[in-house]
Amino acid sequence: MEQIITKKVTFKVFRFNPDNDVLPYYREYKLDVSQEDVVLDILNKIKWEHSGSLSYRRSCRHGICGSCAVKVNNKGVLACKERMFDLIDIFGTEMTIDPLSKERAVKDLVIDKEDFWKKYDSVQPYLVADVDAHPEKENIITPKEADQLLEADYCIQCGACYYSCPAVEVNPEYIGPAAMAKAYRFNGDIRDTAKVDRLETVSQMGSGVWDCVKCFECAEVCPKEVNPIEKITKLHLQTFEEGVAENNVATRHAVGFKRSIAKHGILDEGDLVLYSEGVCGMPQHLPEAWNMFKNGKLPMPWALPKSKNLDEIKKLVKISSTAKF
Amino acid sequence: MEKKLKYALYTGCTARESTPELLKSTLAVAEKLGIELELLDEASCCGASHLQDFDDHLSLVLNTRNICYAEKQERTMVTLCNTCQLNTNMTKERIDHDPELKAKVNKDLAEVGLEYRGVSDVKHFLYAILDDYGLDNLEKQIVKPLKNFNVAPFYGCHNIRPSELHGNDESAYVPDSLDRLIQACGGNSVDYEEKNKCCGFHVDLQAPNTANRLSGNALLGAIDSDADFMVTPCPLCHLNLDVKQHKIGETMGRDIEMPVLHLPQIIGLALGIEPKKLGLNHHVVKSVYFQ
Repeated sequence: MEQIITKKVTFKVFRFNPDNDVLPYYREYKLDVSQEDVVLDILNKIKWEHSGSLSYRRSCRHGICGSCAVKVNNKGVLACKERMFDLIDIFGTEMTIDPLSKERAVKDLVIDKEDFWKKYDSVQPYLVADVDAHPEKENIITPKEADQLLEADYCIQCGACYYSCPAVEVNPEYIGPAAMAKAYRFNGDIRDTAKVDRLETVSQMGSGVWDCVKCFECAEVCPKEVNPIEKITKLHLQTFEEGVAENNVATRHAVGFKRSIAKHGILDEGDLVLYSEGVCGMPQHLPEAWNMFKNGKLPMPWALPKSKNLDEIKKLVKISSTAKF
Repeated sequence: MEKKLKYALYTGCTARESTPELLKSTLAVAEKLGIELELLDEASCCGASHLQDFDDHLSLVLNTRNICYAEKQERTMVTLCNTCQLNTNMTKERIDHDPELKAKVNKDLAEVGLEYRGVSDVKHFLYAILDDYGLDNLEKQIVKPLKNFNVAPFYGCHNIRPSELHGNDESAYVPDSLDRLIQACGGNSVDYEEKNKCCGFHVDLQAPNTANRLSGNALLGAIDSDADFMVTPCPLCHLNLDVKQHKIGETMGRDIEMPVLHLPQIIGLALGIEPKKLGLNHHVVKSVYFQ
């Protein structure tokens, strides 16, 4: 008979019932975890055998409804998909299970996702198209056209990326990786007609693509491998392609790299900031610039580094450029 | 070391401009350890994830060109900046797995007499020390261990995420390379929640509040875990954490005085190289312990 391998794991589980508790607290459970267990099996075991009042969301148990996402040792996971032995490999045998957002805990591991859904709704997360109610032939999408979605349609709105995004954490206006991936999903759909509308939404300063910090947390955490930051980059590119990109500090900064590379190969860092900010935007940087100057961090204009074989770089910038601003 | 390690060094832009101490200390450490670094003076900027938002093809061509020069030397390319590492490696990954794209990029490169073959690896200096030189060998060279110092490692996003790309055996959630290196240098690596989090550098211009708060969280995390100083393998993180520290303190409502060292600087100190040769005088927040 095949032997069942088990490991003893100590779980600290976030508990909070606003009806009775002034503050959240952790309750500890020591459980045997077997090779087949996913995180949801552990939550079920705790609820069914130890603590009947534990609340958490669950529904399909097949990685498709997106309701059971939680955090284990700060790693966002889809509870029904994440294997316990994989987590033991990363973290060892002491684990803390938290809601995706402690601030938004309604009870125990259940959170209020209102902020997530509001932002999700803001990008028109649906197909906008004149659909013929009585078509005479099939509306065929070729495999190549379907590939353009880059599997953005795999997103199940679990919120793991959104509640792991550091930009969202410090900037409540930022619409976050899930909404962006969804905007790309429909912008990449050849039947859709609202591409420019969506680009205008996602290129807003303060809330849109330019507020992504490029940390790749979303790519790392996504249980469906949607790779939201790849879609955010695509949206950046689309704003230039479609002429939606406004002339502002962020767009000038992106374009300024090309300008600077064409000049010296290596960046002229001071000039890049000046080009991005404009003269009026420079005073705010002066205290730092002075500090940098004092400490030998600003090369003099006549001593700026330049790449060797600069002619090659200039030629490539000329022949390989594909974007306009 | 039995065999001399030789690399093509891609300095990136910051090591030649706003963080000259990074290049200084890297060269000093390499010399001390007998690692040969041939500067890739032909290389251009990697685009820093910003050119990539504007012109994808151009960024691919320029990054591939940089790798071509490492290939000419028939050496692994070593990077000093997490963001250079990410963008160079991401370029390599894409063209190595897409023959059509590779042909398209090579068509442009042919115009300047170059061809990408795909024979040079791309590796951050941190992993060259860890994987190729080896911590055991490094430990044997330590003459001034960083004894009694609590050192807070700050990993920087682009060396650890996306983990699938990097292939450096680092867990994005529990990275330990810097911790191990700190310990090898005789220091005590401190654990804090923000060590693998983002510093916000890439939105510095358009969203300074976001950047300051993220860097602030990291600095306060290090302070509250009793760190004497921080260390990072990324000069962009360094710029935020060091040069902007005063402003970050204002945003966070706390006085912050936290020296932030570059990775090769702590190695250099432990190897007994004098602080000035490691460029410690270039920092805005001075590491008083080593002056």
